[in-house]
Amino acid sequence: MTSTHLTAKQSTNENTLLGFWLYLMTDCILFGSLFATYIVLHNNTFGGPGGDKLFDMPAILVETLLLLTSSFTCGLAMLAVRQRNVRHTLLWFGFTFILGAIFLAMELTEFRHLVLEGNSWQRSGFLSAFFTLVGTHGLHITIGLLWLGVMGWQLWKRGFTNNTVRRLTVFSMFWHFLDIIWIFIFTFVYLMGDLQL
Amino acid sequence: MNIFANILGKLSLDAIPHEMVTLGAGIGMTLGALGLVALVTYLKRWTWLWREWITSLDPKRIGVMYIIVAVVMMLRGFADVIMMRLQQATSVGNSHGVFTADTFQQVFSAHGTIMIFFVAMGLMFGIMNLVIPLQIGARDVAFPFLNSVSFWLFFAGMIIINLPMILGEFSAAGWLAYPPLSEIQFSPGVGVDYWIWSLQLSGIGSLLSGINFIVTILKMRAPGMTLMKMPVFSWSVLISMIMVIFAFPILTVTLTLLYLDRTMGMHFFTAGDGGNMMMYINLIWAWGHPEVYILVLPAFGIFSEVVATFSRKRLFGYRSMIWALSAIAFFSFIVWLHHFFTMGAGAHVNAFFGIMTMVIGIPTGVKIFNWLFTMFRGRIKFNSPMIWFMGFVFLFTLGGMTGVMLAVPGIDYQVHNSLFLVAHFHTMIISGVVFGFFAGLTYWFPKVFGFTLHEGLGKIAAWLWSIGFVLAFGPLFVLGLMGATRRLDHYVDPSWQPLFIVAGVGAAIIGLGVTCQLLQLFISVRQRKQHLDTTGDPWNGRTLEWSTVSPAPFYNYAVIPTVTHRDEFWEMKRAKASNVEPQYVDIHLPKNTGAGIIIACFAFLVGFAAVWHIPWLAIIGTVGAIIVTIRRLTTDDTEYTITADEIRILEQQHVKGHTA
Repeated sequence: MTSTHLTAKQSTNENTLLGFWLYLMTDCILFGSLFATYIVLHNNTFGGPGGDKLFDMPAILVETLLLLTSSFTCGLAMLAVRQRNVRHTLLWFGFTFILGAIFLAMELTEFRHLVLEGNSWQRSGFLSAFFTLVGTHGLHITIGLLWLGVMGWQLWKRGFTNNTVRRLTVFSMFWHFLDIIWIFIFTFVYLMGDLQL
Repeated sequence: MNIFANILGKLSLDAIPHEMVTLGAGIGMTLGALGLVALVTYLKRWTWLWREWITSLDPKRIGVMYIIVAVVMMLRGFADVIMMRLQQATSVGNSHGVFTADTFQQVFSAHGTIMIFFVAMGLMFGIMNLVIPLQIGARDVAFPFLNSVSFWLFFAGMIIINLPMILGEFSAAGWLAYPPLSEIQFSPGVGVDYWIWSLQLSGIGSLLSGINFIVTILKMRAPGMTLMKMPVFSWSVLISMIMVIFAFPILTVTLTLLYLDRTMGMHFFTAGDGGNMMMYINLIWAWGHPEVYILVLPAFGIFSEVVATFSRKRLFGYRSMIWALSAIAFFSFIVWLHHFFTMGAGAHVNAFFGIMTMVIGIPTGVKIFNWLFTMFRGRIKFNSPMIWFMGFVFLFTLGGMTGVMLAVPGIDYQVHNSLFLVAHFHTMIISGVVFGFFAGLTYWFPKVFGFTLHEGLGKIAAWLWSIGFVLAFGPLFVLGLMGATRRLDHYVDPSWQPLFIVAGVGAAIIGLGVTCQLLQLFISVRQRKQHLDTTGDPWNGRTLEWSTVSPAPFYNYAVIPTVTHRDEFWEMKRAKASNVEPQYVDIHLPKNTGAGIIIACFAFLVGFAAVWHIPWLAIIGTVGAIIVTIRRLTTDDTEYTITADEIRILEQQHVKGHTA
């Protein structure tokens, strides 16, 4: 299949996209296991406070909106990639980065408050599961930000090549995926926790 | 001292083992490793080792390295077997055997972990790397660099699981480290952490390999090879790898949660504070049950190739084989609870899982009958891979029947955690997985090395393994029904002792089989001139990999073949290929890179630091791994080209080399 250089490039692109889809599926199962654990443990508060007492819903709503907007700007950036417009691409990815970073900072602030109030991950099975599930999402966001930083630098240095476009495409899949995971966290952890379901 | 205590975490001079057995093994292992280093230095082979092997992205080389590690680990796991058999044959009544209870517990924990993760998985990934690209008519896997990372993570995990022999201790909590025993409260040492990090690193390697091989098989098949024209071994690997990407993330999560419990004081599986230990048992088996099918499906695939080749017949029921593989993969995800019927989930839940477990027997039976019908009226040649197959069919069917017994929750309540269970799963894994991989190694050995293995010794080894197996595990079935539980370092009933002694004799006979195999390898290498495979097709094979020369060149195929039949090479041979001058084209192959082993080294540092609680080392490891990964992933220049002319010259050399 690699008879000419062009088809070699095409097959690399196709392989990477399929491979990354498969990776996202494994990540889905990783989060699925964490969700299952959270759902099993979410009433095991061991005399400590439950979600309804702990969650600051307005702040969570702001976090959610920030992350959704960052997905939107990521989509706009990909449109700019399609038009091969470096300036617009960097601009929209810049917004994505800033929104993601604020989201992360807000999440860490929430964690800090919880720990300072004596409700750390050591308090109960419920809080262990909460910190691990939400923290794993946060860790993914951190990796995404690092990735985005490296890609911004590459784009600045090298412009649009087959490799940078492929890497940006894969990044945008990753970022949208994290958005979907967050919707589930927002629903199952925060909304249902707030309603004591 | 205080400063060192802080800098080195939990690590101190006390970590050096005090137990004589462990200390001896540790010193032996260290000397062995140093001897190897000295030998390579003396032969001045470091550059060669680095260039040709360590940094190689050729899947055949990576496959050979997997198999070498797996074979060495099999010897280690077998040493554990001898210790266990020795202990159980002697430790009765007033005698307390050779080893302390603590050593014995570490030995059986290490045995199970090593045999599954570093022997069976190692052999499986090794054979896959050797065969899959060749069999589907490709030059490489989809992600050659990722393949190297997978292997070196596997290697790093292997180092971590062997470290307890010189530093600290290994887990005494069994091969799956059930909480609450594996929690910090009851296992305060570093043993369980070693177990966690060894599996974590090699498990991530397996997960990456799973993605890699799915993409390879789906995207890189030779033109014309539709999925229903793909050889059964490739099918079995595809399905097994789909199971890997479903199952291994669960393992990653489970190990992480256990580590968080132990280190961060969380309460996922603790006995109090809102933990739920049965959650761990559920999670670990949601991975663990598919895992045994992940191992056995490729072995089924190997047997399908072997039986068809040595019966000189087309495989019977190709389509039903594929459907059976898929059905087994599906059902294997909805049977995990049969590992703990005694949890007491209730009659309805147990009945569901019991029935699903029995249902798995149906597609497995389909496969057994397909193999037998393939042999029926075939012109069978009893080469050593066929001897392994015969041992497999007989033992695996018997073992399968004990599995159907265990699937009945009522019976399971009686024999849960007994030696009956131990005998059952060893029957499935040794006769299924291990015999399958041995058959595959013998079968494909000439394709990789250019000469066949000594047939006589191979047949003797297969017989010794089969006979030794019956003697080693027959008594365990009986003992299990007599009430002997697993993992006993001592028992009081002297009437059990003769059976344990017979089991020990069986293990010794298996040991003779292993010796035969080592001898076989040694003699075959010595006599390789007499066993040269000059045709590339020593067994009169049926599938594509036999159409290229042996040993297969690093680019596998000078011209990628176009496939029109299921048994493509068989049809090619019948059609008598026309003598048209082949049209060579430029080939693009990946350049070697050391990034794989460097990333794995940093990952090893993270694992080591996590075991011994050394924060600064963990940070160095993490940052180092991230930097090397970023550098590698931002490199654009990763391929080199071999021109059509160079290929022509290389191909002519192959032809000359074989006629000379």
